[in-house]
Amino acid sequence: MSRTRVRAIFRKELREYRRNGSIVSTMVIFPLIFLIQPLVLVLSLPASVSVPLSHRHLLLYMLAIPAIVPATLAAYAVVGERQQGTLEPVLTTPIRREELLLGKALASFVPSVAISLAVYAFFLACVELFARPAVASALMRGPELLAQLLFTPLLAGWSIWVGIAISARSSDVRVAQQLSMLASLPSVAVTSLIAFDGIHVTLGLALGFAAALLLLDGLGWRIVSATFDRERLITGTR
Amino acid sequence: MRDDGVVSDWDGRPSSAGDRGAPALSVEHLSKRFGDRIAFDDVSFEVGHGEVFGFLGPNGAGKTTMVRTLGTLLSPSAGSACISGTPLSPEHGVEIRRRISIMPESPGLYLRLSVTENLECFADLYEAPDSNDRIGRALRAVNLADRAHDACGALSKGLRQRVALARALLSDPEVLFLDEPTSGLDPAAARDVHGLIAALGRSGVTIFLTTHRLEEAERLCDRVAILNTTLRTIGRPDELREQLFARTLTVRTLVPLLDPGRVFGGLPAVDGWRQDGPAAYVLAVSESAVAAPAVTRALVAAGADVLSIGESHHSLEDVYLELIDEDNEAGSRSA
Repeated sequence: MSRTRVRAIFRKELREYRRNGSIVSTMVIFPLIFLIQPLVLVLSLPASVSVPLSHRHLLLYMLAIPAIVPATLAAYAVVGERQQGTLEPVLTTPIRREELLLGKALASFVPSVAISLAVYAFFLACVELFARPAVASALMRGPELLAQLLFTPLLAGWSIWVGIAISARSSDVRVAQQLSMLASLPSVAVTSLIAFDGIHVTLGLALGFAAALLLLDGLGWRIVSATFDRERLITGTR
Repeated sequence: MRDDGVVSDWDGRPSSAGDRGAPALSVEHLSKRFGDRIAFDDVSFEVGHGEVFGFLGPNGAGKTTMVRTLGTLLSPSAGSACISGTPLSPEHGVEIRRRISIMPESPGLYLRLSVTENLECFADLYEAPDSNDRIGRALRAVNLADRAHDACGALSKGLRQRVALARALLSDPEVLFLDEPTSGLDPAAARDVHGLIAALGRSGVTIFLTTHRLEEAERLCDRVAILNTTLRTIGRPDELREQLFARTLTVRTLVPLLDPGRVFGGLPAVDGWRQDGPAAYVLAVSESAVAAPAVTRALVAAGADVLSIGESHHSLEDVYLELIDEDNEAGSRSA
């Protein structure tokens, strides 16, 4: 494994993201949707709802951001290069498929996690500053903050490997992005069910989820690397 | 570097010495099939170190597939090959790709990135030491140093092709595969690319050049191979011409000869003749230096007004068309 080659792909991807309007807008629009609606709701809540609020995990709803944003970025990773004809020159270099995929995954992971945490921090700041104090103290609880910090990278990792797997099998960027969005819906459904008490979470269950996601993230890299077929990607056959 | 923008010098050297005793490329009975479709079949050849080797053939002949196969992008269906002394196999893929460079037909540049950013990425992918120096050297070689910070998307097709060449030079490859490097370029841009290929050849880089442009192959290549799914022929351009075409003299006179059979018959080194127009004759000869003076004397003795006597020249294009026409005729007969 060469760090230089992984870093080369990572840096190139970030430079491309910065100059690609559609990717930048994808990174901005989804988090805004998941920020504005709950923010308006929370800021308008009366103090009387603070007691029922303290028994729910509403803020986990924002874990949808690390589930969806990286999936759309990762969906572009392979098929995007294929469509613009840049994949073949990259594959003619000494890069291994594991290095290529890790570089691309990191390039989706870093901005997605950064945006997710930044949006979450902004949300908390708004709640602290503008929500009724009883509502703010009911929402902001240590275990939920920890859960957000723990699950944001784990969910992002899973979405990225699913997105890259779809991207490596697709021949069209839009189709890949739509399929990746669909593939991230189960994660969104689980986090929403937890947020709205559809699933009652205990510490053990949360740790079990985290361990399963960690395992899936590691397996995702290996499985996607093993199924990455240079020949099919170059010729469109097999 | 010349003032007219023609690239003329490359001071890079192949990155590491492979086994210099062995050929740079050795291909034995190599075949590639995609299901029932044969891309190329039972192809064998060798390319020496520092040789500029032309690979010619019509569209769909399997040239690009051969480059991709030797570049480890595709696995061969049968046969074997050695690239810079390393056997072509999946486990040697990284090692082979370290020693070679491929410039695909389409430049495949990141259009949103600048020229330098594109080259930085590839220098890192090759883990090239002194990457900044190499990038500068490669840009100077293709005469693009002044466009280093331009976005690739803003460059013309010819300039993009030059960036792709600079990218291929970053690793100081032992074997450089150029797949139709002048495809779609105007004559001036093509001339630039020819200049660099010639300079690379002089500096000892082994070059495997696929092209449609026969005059390009004739000018640049030490040897050429003609592929039409199977390898039709291989050799130096002049050897191929001699193999395929008999030596001939073309004679033109002011008015038609009254009895050409009497004039050309029985002359030394003249094996036969045919009329090629009202006052033109093509003579098959075994040795031009003997035949030409004898023909001249015979024409003067016959009172002919001679306009010209010259050796006929066949180009590589004639060789190519002869072989491809043979294939087409064989194909239509079997159909």
